[in-house]
Amino acid sequence: MLECDVLVIGAGLAGMRAALAAHTNGAKVIMVSKVHPVRSHSNAAQGGINAALTDRGDSWEDHAFDTVKGSDYLGDQDAIEVMCSEAGREIIQMEHWGVIFSRDEEGHLGTRTFGGQRRARTFFVADMTGQAILHVMYEQLMKSGVQSLEEWFVTDLIVADGECRGCVAMEIRSGTLQVIRAKTVVLATGGLGRVFEPSTNALICTGDGIALAYKAGVPLMDMEMVQFHPTTLKGSGVLITEGARAEGGYLLNKDGDRFMLKYAPSMKELASRDVVSRCEQTEINEGRGVDGCVLLDLRHLGEKTIKERLIQIYEIGRDLTGIDITKEPIPIRPGMHYQMGGIKTDVDGRAWDVKGQWGGIRNLFAAGECACVSVHGGNRLGANSLLDTVVFGRRSGEAASQMAKDMKPTEVSEEKWLKSSEDKLRSLLAREANGDSVAKIRWDLGTSMVEHLGVFREEEGMLATKAKVEDLKRRYEKVAVQDKGKMFNTALIFGIELGYMLDCAETVVLGAIERKESRGAHHRLDYPQRDDGNWMKHILVHETPEGPRLSYQPVTVTRWQPQERKY
Amino acid sequence: MEAILKVKRFNPEAAKPEPYWQEYRVEVEPHFTVLDALIKIREEKDETLSLRCSCRSAICGSCAMRINGHATLACKTKLSEMARGRPAVTVEPAGNMPTIKDLVADMTPFWSKVMAVEPWLQPRGPEPQGEYLAPADAMQHLVGVMACIMCGACVSDCTVLEIDPNFLGPAALAKAYRFVGDPRDQADAERLQALSRYSGIWDCTRCNECVQACPKGIAPMDRIMALRDRAMDAGFRNNTGSRHTEAFEEIVEHSGRLDELRLAIKTFGMMNVPAMLGLAPVGLRALMRGKMPPIFHKPIPNAQAVQKLFKKVEEAQKGDRK
Repeated sequence: MLECDVLVIGAGLAGMRAALAAHTNGAKVIMVSKVHPVRSHSNAAQGGINAALTDRGDSWEDHAFDTVKGSDYLGDQDAIEVMCSEAGREIIQMEHWGVIFSRDEEGHLGTRTFGGQRRARTFFVADMTGQAILHVMYEQLMKSGVQSLEEWFVTDLIVADGECRGCVAMEIRSGTLQVIRAKTVVLATGGLGRVFEPSTNALICTGDGIALAYKAGVPLMDMEMVQFHPTTLKGSGVLITEGARAEGGYLLNKDGDRFMLKYAPSMKELASRDVVSRCEQTEINEGRGVDGCVLLDLRHLGEKTIKERLIQIYEIGRDLTGIDITKEPIPIRPGMHYQMGGIKTDVDGRAWDVKGQWGGIRNLFAAGECACVSVHGGNRLGANSLLDTVVFGRRSGEAASQMAKDMKPTEVSEEKWLKSSEDKLRSLLAREANGDSVAKIRWDLGTSMVEHLGVFREEEGMLATKAKVEDLKRRYEKVAVQDKGKMFNTALIFGIELGYMLDCAETVVLGAIERKESRGAHHRLDYPQRDDGNWMKHILVHETPEGPRLSYQPVTVTRWQPQERKY
Repeated sequence: MEAILKVKRFNPEAAKPEPYWQEYRVEVEPHFTVLDALIKIREEKDETLSLRCSCRSAICGSCAMRINGHATLACKTKLSEMARGRPAVTVEPAGNMPTIKDLVADMTPFWSKVMAVEPWLQPRGPEPQGEYLAPADAMQHLVGVMACIMCGACVSDCTVLEIDPNFLGPAALAKAYRFVGDPRDQADAERLQALSRYSGIWDCTRCNECVQACPKGIAPMDRIMALRDRAMDAGFRNNTGSRHTEAFEEIVEHSGRLDELRLAIKTFGMMNVPAMLGLAPVGLRALMRGKMPPIFHKPIPNAQAVQKLFKKVEEAQKGDRK
């Protein structure tokens, strides 16, 4: 049995930031991740990280207002205030650790303007900001000496007497299970993008931590809020950064019209993501698309700008579509990108309610995309996700290590937990082939989710997907894994991940059917208006022995009353 | 259309664990990458095929492997281009690393070498209140190195590592350059001294394989050459590699061509008997094949022209440094 004060599950930006904060605070930390930390999906954040730096004449209150408005007034304003007011400090910390941010002529950090914001406050490293920060964070982790279990897959959270005491994890290379006992646990396992097909998300984004917490009894919040990014490639769903529009890219329909001038005359292509995605889908649905897409035109930016500031996009165009973006527009369409909802936490990452109103599990924390603080509400602004990971990663790590200081080691029956996890894996491996496969079930799930829980939704379709998910869960109970080996058995891991994905999907569908209005990314053709009277509240989904149960929490409003949202 | 992939498999749990080739035929679309095809095989034909992959857009660095004999990212490589004019596309795990299973390489040695270059920023003095000020072009230059995704393609195809597994290798050295080149980092002297030792910058043979293999245009070899310049500028010249470089330059500038005997003497030192004796077999072999350099070295007819060239290059370099 491995032991520590603070166990961090997940090693993307939120996880590593939490691990470093807890380590700095004197805790013995173990960090476990199913992939090597630098393979994490934080890499994919291309465009930048937001912060209002006062020495540049910006104010965090302005950033907070843009975030509140972007969230379509579903974000909790106390949490948004925390994120925006601590942003500057985190940017400077990242810079001091070594991130090579782009600079202005005087050698200060440079900025670009991102969607849904009235000022240039997005700090960036070409179009590889996430990668730049992730690798530096890993450098700091190597320097710190924090114990990092790389390519270890978590199969169970250890929960007893309403508190979390560690996890059971499998070393993928050998296939052996280990119990890791901890005083406090931070989940930072990222999003659930693969529940949708296609998605911009990496293949590892299977909602593991979200499902583990949900099954353990922690409520999930705002799960219906799924962001569709306006610029993704057809087919694979690979992301084209918002930076492409931040640098001045145009969106054109088949007639060559810049259609955003009509829908959002003031912010145009840089209106918030939910808005731009809906406009694109409308163009496509009304017959002004090109083969199910619209066009992103970057030619007027010139070769130099493209090759300096949009390097990755230039390469993606060339390698994946055979298009030279300096010479031709590239077909794009809205694609599933980000989950605003997740494990309900407070501003210190606690996944339990200190006042006892919404339940949860003590000693369990969550940060990053798997968590819902909620700072993004109905729609996340571009470049607020990296910020979310570092601010709430740090706060969770600090709070989890602080809590562990006053605790005795928890009691865990190693034998019992090992056996229950082993049994679970053995039963999955013992099933006989029945013609079905993990890949088929995943495909059916993803395509149904995109079909009925996409940019536009309505009751009938969502009910169909609900029934579909139930059916897929039955198929999942019987599906066999073909690889029976122990070492690096990726088929077994996909099998377990599919279970996590089905649990996540269920909560997304339930939340979406429940919310009978249109707000942020959740747009219903049968309820096309925002309804603050009935629905300015969060929907929580709880797992119970009788099935999922829904509850509600009010949105915290501090200083910004809801207004109509125009860009 | 159908594609044929020959995949090198390895099952560590087999009774006799030996690598073997397995052929897969799979229906593919014209836009497919090699990774798309491998995923399709894994999902539809053979779940036991193990490989690492995640982002599908050349940013996570998981899927480095050898395709048609050369290391690259499977997600970045068009299948149709690889299949052109061949009966089958071959896929093997990355080289210069042990194989765990199928296409999964053990990257533990890779990371321990990265760790050996102390890959974290080492500024000195009090931290500023705000950001460190740094010239925009210096930082833009570093972005080109920082773009390294640590996929290991360069290490896979490094010809030095095949001979000497102790060589730090292109990825770790490019990472070292990222700090030496960073105006905020103040540990250049210590770094360059350490890198000048055995297994460091002077062990690269400039074969260019890493530059070819790198899917992100990092050009690790060029970074290693830049480190050599910096190390010599910083005064770390008391090593074979530096002396070789200096002697090479001096001889060619003087006579317009290389005097290989003097090069050896200047590199190793006349009094270095063991090294001189060590060169004897090379000399003998050269003699037997009629390739022994002349004992009495003569300058080329118009050696002054070469000296002029050297002057021009020196002036240009001075200009660059300013």
